[in-house]
Amino acid sequence: MPSPALRPPAHRVSRTAIRYWAARALGGWLVIAAAQVGWWIAAGGHTGLRIAGLAATVALAAAHAIVMPQWRYRVHRWEVAPQAVYTRAGWLRQESRIAPISRIQTVDSERGPLEQIFGLANVTVTTASAAGPLEIDGLDYATALRLVDELTTAAQATRGDAT
Amino acid sequence: MSDWQRLSRRMLLIHPVQEIPRALPALLGVALAGSRSGNGGLWALVGVGIAVGLGMMRWFTTTYRVTEDRVEVRQGLFRRRLLAVSRDRIRTVDVTAHAFHRLLGVTRVTIGTGRSDREGGGSVRLDGLDARVAARLRDDLLHRTPAPAPSAAPAPATPPTEIARLDSRWVRYGPFTLSGVVAVGVVAGFAANFINEANLDPRQYGVLRDAADQVRDAPLVLAIVEVLVVAMVVVAIASTVGYVLAFWGFRLTRDPRGTLHVTRGLLTTRATTIEERRLHGVEISEPLLLRAVRGARCIAIATGLRVGRGAERGGSLLLPPAPVAEARRVGAAIVRATAPLECPLASHGPRARTRRFTRALMGWAALVVVVAAASALFGWPGWPWQAALALLPFALALAADRYRSLGHAVSGDRLVARAGSLVRRRSVLAHDGIIGWNITRTLFQRRAGLTTLTATTAAGHQHYDVQDVALAEALRVAEAATPGLLTPFLETGAARRAA
Repeated sequence: MPSPALRPPAHRVSRTAIRYWAARALGGWLVIAAAQVGWWIAAGGHTGLRIAGLAATVALAAAHAIVMPQWRYRVHRWEVAPQAVYTRAGWLRQESRIAPISRIQTVDSERGPLEQIFGLANVTVTTASAAGPLEIDGLDYATALRLVDELTTAAQATRGDAT
Repeated sequence: MSDWQRLSRRMLLIHPVQEIPRALPALLGVALAGSRSGNGGLWALVGVGIAVGLGMMRWFTTTYRVTEDRVEVRQGLFRRRLLAVSRDRIRTVDVTAHAFHRLLGVTRVTIGTGRSDREGGGSVRLDGLDARVAARLRDDLLHRTPAPAPSAAPAPATPPTEIARLDSRWVRYGPFTLSGVVAVGVVAGFAANFINEANLDPRQYGVLRDAADQVRDAPLVLAIVEVLVVAMVVVAIASTVGYVLAFWGFRLTRDPRGTLHVTRGLLTTRATTIEERRLHGVEISEPLLLRAVRGARCIAIATGLRVGRGAERGGSLLLPPAPVAEARRVGAAIVRATAPLECPLASHGPRARTRRFTRALMGWAALVVVVAAASALFGWPGWPWQAALALLPFALALAADRYRSLGHAVSGDRLVARAGSLVRRRSVLAHDGIIGWNITRTLFQRRAGLTTLTATTAAGHQHYDVQDVALAEALRVAEAATPGLLTPFLETGAARRAA
């Protein structure tokens, strides 16, 4: 008997998301680098060690910003079937989430400042469970709006308190 | 019942008494400040007067009413607040009475609406109703008997059936609950603080001085053993006292109108009511110590009842620590099926076992490295890292036990999952309580072909995991529990890997 496998969701997120994730990752590393520089200026000394530390930070940041977004882009996918929403996200730790449309409680879309620069938006679908809202990160804005509209309409079609 | 009503008049006595401890720091401050000017006593009296007045004011400013479709509470003097709860949103009604409340025959009613996403949010509290009024209110709110037609005779009430009651022999499980650790810690902290603040010297007291000297003069190993034994005895006694205080008179009953009632408590009595409509399963939880003496407790998995911490588990407790067979019996009675609590569980196979051991060994190795590095850097003595090294057998035992615990089954229309060693939990979750699925695969899980299947739910812990199970088995379980939900996303045969 062939064992069933979970196929990936149908749609990829926007390609721009790769640059967005890279920018977001670099932002985090920048804080660490700034802290190192600040410490250097404040305390001084140990020049060799400090340069090595900064170099390590830069190398890690570069590796992270190059590998992670590409990897993520291959993983992050989403799909809305007539009965259910299906998303996949992550890179080292990958998580597929499935929620029935009839159990959707809220659908919302959010755009942080960085996402606005890249013209992206994310969509979060919550159910009555506090565990595991379905998040779709890095959609282009138009798709996100369309998706929110589609899901809200679909969720309204079902009744009950969805708990 | 649509008129605005006041709390029990006896709260005029209770509120001020409750206010005074709360106002104590302020009162002390006033008294100290006043003592400079020579009439601290007078100022303290004024302070007490204000506190008492404020306490009594609460009675005058709080009114409530129960209408056809909602419960409303008005409170506050300067900041008037109106709280309204729709009656069909009421999921739990909790009736608590502290010792002083009981003395005066008054109880506190907490009406929960099951907003599980917010701690303490959305619940209405009526502090101080006459015990009889409270009982009637609870009955009225939970068994919303539609207003009987004038002609119809009231249906004879069927008496509730008892599912479990405390057996006084269960108190022997008290020492193994460790609930006393927190209490002892708090008391010790308080005592240390008090000694510090009051500038007391413990060495002034003969008994304490002798004990301290004895411990100091004894060889190190003996001293450690002595301190440990004393600590264990104190914790055991405190845990037992805690058990008796919390669970004395415990009784679990089922009302044929569809509710479960838990009543318990020695000094502070507590009565919790859970709607069976909201109950999606039970959990048998066995902390390691309790498991060692074949004890377990039973916890409800219900929407609107988030499983809390502490001995009382946020009101979701269905059976205090008791013999494991009893916990299973109660669980079976609650879900009305024996199989989910007794059935053998599918094991997760050698790859899951390897993963348990790798994880335990990695954790142990990390600890040894950190402690060894700290020893080298900060010049610690050698024994910390040697002690860390000696933890290896424990790490291995933990891994073996964690693997033994792993298991899952689909029993009838319920998903059963078990995991954990320090606290082993067997959760039984009804399929219709499952909302959706999260399928998590870390890098290492993907290499081992394993996955963690998480059933999301609005009840209890909000998610119940089947840890480290083969992907195909996870999909089979999910398909069995929620037929059709995954079907559009499955492909058979194709060798395409989901990763």
